[in-house]
Amino acid sequence: MLDDFFIRALVAGIGIAFVAGPLGCFVVWRRLSYFGDTLAHSALLGVTIAYSLEFNIAVSIFLISSVIALILIQLQKKTNLPSDALLGLLAHSSLAVGLVVIGFLTFIRFDIMGLLFGDILAVSKKDLVTIWVGGSLILLVLRLIWRPLFASTVNYELAEAEGLKPDRAKAVFTILLAAIIAISIKLVGVLLITGMLIIPTAMARNLSDNPQKMVFFSIIGGLLSVVIGLFSSLEFNTPSGPSIITAALALFIISLLKIKQTIKLKN
Amino acid sequence: MSLNNNILIKLNNAGYRHKNKWLVRDVSLIIEKGKIVTLIGPNGSGKSTIAKIALGIHKKIDGEVEKYTDKIGYVPQKISIDWTLPLRVHDFMLLTENIEDEAVNEALSSTGVINLKDKNLGNLSGGEFQRVLLARAISKKPELLVLDEPVQGVDFTGEIALYELIKKISDELNCGILLVSHDLHTVMSATDHVVCLNGHVCCSGSPIDVAKNNEYKALFGEKAAQILTRYEHNHDHVHTIDGDIKKN
Repeated sequence: MLDDFFIRALVAGIGIAFVAGPLGCFVVWRRLSYFGDTLAHSALLGVTIAYSLEFNIAVSIFLISSVIALILIQLQKKTNLPSDALLGLLAHSSLAVGLVVIGFLTFIRFDIMGLLFGDILAVSKKDLVTIWVGGSLILLVLRLIWRPLFASTVNYELAEAEGLKPDRAKAVFTILLAAIIAISIKLVGVLLITGMLIIPTAMARNLSDNPQKMVFFSIIGGLLSVVIGLFSSLEFNTPSGPSIITAALALFIISLLKIKQTIKLKN
Repeated sequence: MSLNNNILIKLNNAGYRHKNKWLVRDVSLIIEKGKIVTLIGPNGSGKSTIAKIALGIHKKIDGEVEKYTDKIGYVPQKISIDWTLPLRVHDFMLLTENIEDEAVNEALSSTGVINLKDKNLGNLSGGEFQRVLLARAISKKPELLVLDEPVQGVDFTGEIALYELIKKISDELNCGILLVSHDLHTVMSATDHVVCLNGHVCCSGSPIDVAKNNEYKALFGEKAAQILTRYEHNHDHVHTIDGDIKKN
């Protein structure tokens, strides 16, 4: 069954959706969408390093994204630039350096479009193992740091005062973010991973009045986006990443209609 | 040094510097089980800073903090919650610890907001939110409560009731309380120990000692001193709205 490329893409996408839902909620709650973008852009550099050193792609992306996150924290401490400027600086420069390095590596054929926007044909059986094992680990760790991370998202000082060690939870969460980017890059692509994290979550926000519900709906939204997106990618021969994100956008718009209805009802 | 096992937290010459400016320095105080210690002082005198030093929120401090408990409940002075996060009162109650539903209900009832349990936190008024904050802190049955202006925005009758509740909690749970307040009127009747701050400790002692202290008078004026001392006598009369005096 897994010999069919489409089934592989579907299994991969479903795995990613399960992980992207809960992580995406924290990305939205903690206002980290540009941070996620920056990590994702740096992933391209990770890919080139993996190819030139013949190294595992997921591991390489994970390491590079983590290094970029550390550099960001250092720059925030040592410069007077605002965070968004630093994020832009790192995002675009790491993307640019990645593309320049690709230009030098003439002996390897790169499918740049595939890297940027995801490729439905690119998912191998090995990638499935990476996604499902890696994804389970991410969810397990998230479960372990849930309380301190959630409490400090609501209020840092309360969490710190009542002994939950929020700084540690934040550091672990950054690593988890780098990890999900590493496992989902092949299917969704460098430029659109953050969309996978935040658009189903944004839809879920419109439907939820408590955090558990929001996590649940963002997983559902992600699953629907993946399934609808991949089928239309197959049908219309469009790249997989944009198709999934477009499906997610459509769901978001539908969720807006639902809000309008409830507002009318209240009046 | 004799080890007193009633001590919950002890500050030894604690101070905190921010951008080379001392916010507060050389503060020593002890909070014991069942005792209420109140920090008073004008705006910017370092009251909240001391609370944060005691709680470990400010880490790069001068002096030292000895902490003998980790069951702590905290009501911060201001709390900014991001409303991209859907959160009901009920979810907020379980924020830092899993608490049984019974204890949650009991705490919400005691601060008079049980009817808000399923409401969204973003839709509460300032006073309602303050009551929820206090309920959350006491529902954990902490050994140490740190209350930073816990009744701000609460209506006048509610204010008195909440201070009575705080006193009751300190007796029932036998927990130590660090109370920050600028409101001299209501605080004083229940306080065991007052620390008057203005960047450093101006004076400290029982409410009546502090009220008689000259530094305190200089800081708050004669009027404030009268407020404090007034607690030491019992009224034998009440004032009615139209100005008449009635004997009890």
